[in-house]
Amino acid sequence: MSEQTNNDSTTWALIFACWLIATISTLGSLFFSEIMDLIPCLLCWYQRIFMFPLAIILFIGLYPLDRKVVRYALPITMIGLFFTLYHCLLFFGFMPENLQPCSQGVSCKDANMVLFDFLPIPVLSLASFSAMTILLLISRARMYK
Amino acid sequence: MKKNHIVIITAALMTLVFVAGGYLYKSQQSQTQAELAKQNHEALIKPYSPRTGNPDARVTIVEFMDPACETCRAFYPLVKELIVEHKGRVNHVIRYAPLHEGSDQVLKILEAARKQGTYWPVLDLMFAAQPHWTSHHKAQPEVLWKYLEHYKFDVVRLKQDMNEPEIAKHIAQDLADAKQLGVSKTPSYFVNGKPLIKFGYEELRALIDAEIANAY
Repeated sequence: MSEQTNNDSTTWALIFACWLIATISTLGSLFFSEIMDLIPCLLCWYQRIFMFPLAIILFIGLYPLDRKVVRYALPITMIGLFFTLYHCLLFFGFMPENLQPCSQGVSCKDANMVLFDFLPIPVLSLASFSAMTILLLISRARMYK
Repeated sequence: MKKNHIVIITAALMTLVFVAGGYLYKSQQSQTQAELAKQNHEALIKPYSPRTGNPDARVTIVEFMDPACETCRAFYPLVKELIVEHKGRVNHVIRYAPLHEGSDQVLKILEAARKQGTYWPVLDLMFAAQPHWTSHHKAQPEVLWKYLEHYKFDVVRLKQDMNEPEIAKHIAQDLADAKQLGVSKTPSYFVNGKPLIKFGYEELRALIDAEIANAY
């Protein structure tokens, strides 16, 4: 019994951390677009599509705790991670220009995407999606142990 | 059940930080905008800028606009009405902020029309026909020419005059002034040097009324 609660406690902490990252990222990206008037580029939109629902489904999985949420959240973070990796490769010029899908509207390599002169938004996105994926993979490993 | 409380309190805290942060950022932003307009006062109006309304009016609306911008088109008759309504107390200065692709060509046509004394009729026509010569936020001057021809403007002379270097210089100066004043959207209004912070017709009206109350 005590083993079980202990395990639950750690899983809760992992999912909680993951939800915190998802919610901060969601609110942060809304802050950029709605308050700072930065227009999201096409790749930003794909990452938002996979970020926003995480803030909601992880919340539902925490209130009350339902460890199965890991099963539903993990594919979403992994797809988000794929888009953010692609975006970072493009942003830092490892990918040729003609491969980028965002020739219309806001460029995915726009200089506006750099916060405080040193922090590009795609890097922030990479940090949150990879952290969430790692946290969920750890919880998954603990669940099926 | 303590964990459930932690979740709810965290959610509430994050929402609060978001709202408070947004409010702080916006109020700081409006302060810097007003500051910017004050510091760059000489960038607001240039001697060559087109002006309508009573030249001796004590209230001046400076508008940074782009003939290809849809909101500029929607606001154009409203500003005209406001000037008529305030009988001689308000005038209107036009500055350019060509933020759409191809609109610098359109502005050259408009400035060429000024040399023929047909500035305001051509501007009226540009706004009236705007849906036809803009497509996906891109200006298509070749379509606009057909309208100008149809309404019997002197297209041959317009085509000659629009390439005068002075015109390009004025348009570039306007764009530089817009940047200096922090104008990144069209239309942007300044009433007696005060920027319209929250965009909207009622807000513009209130700003004009306040400046009239100050000046008269």
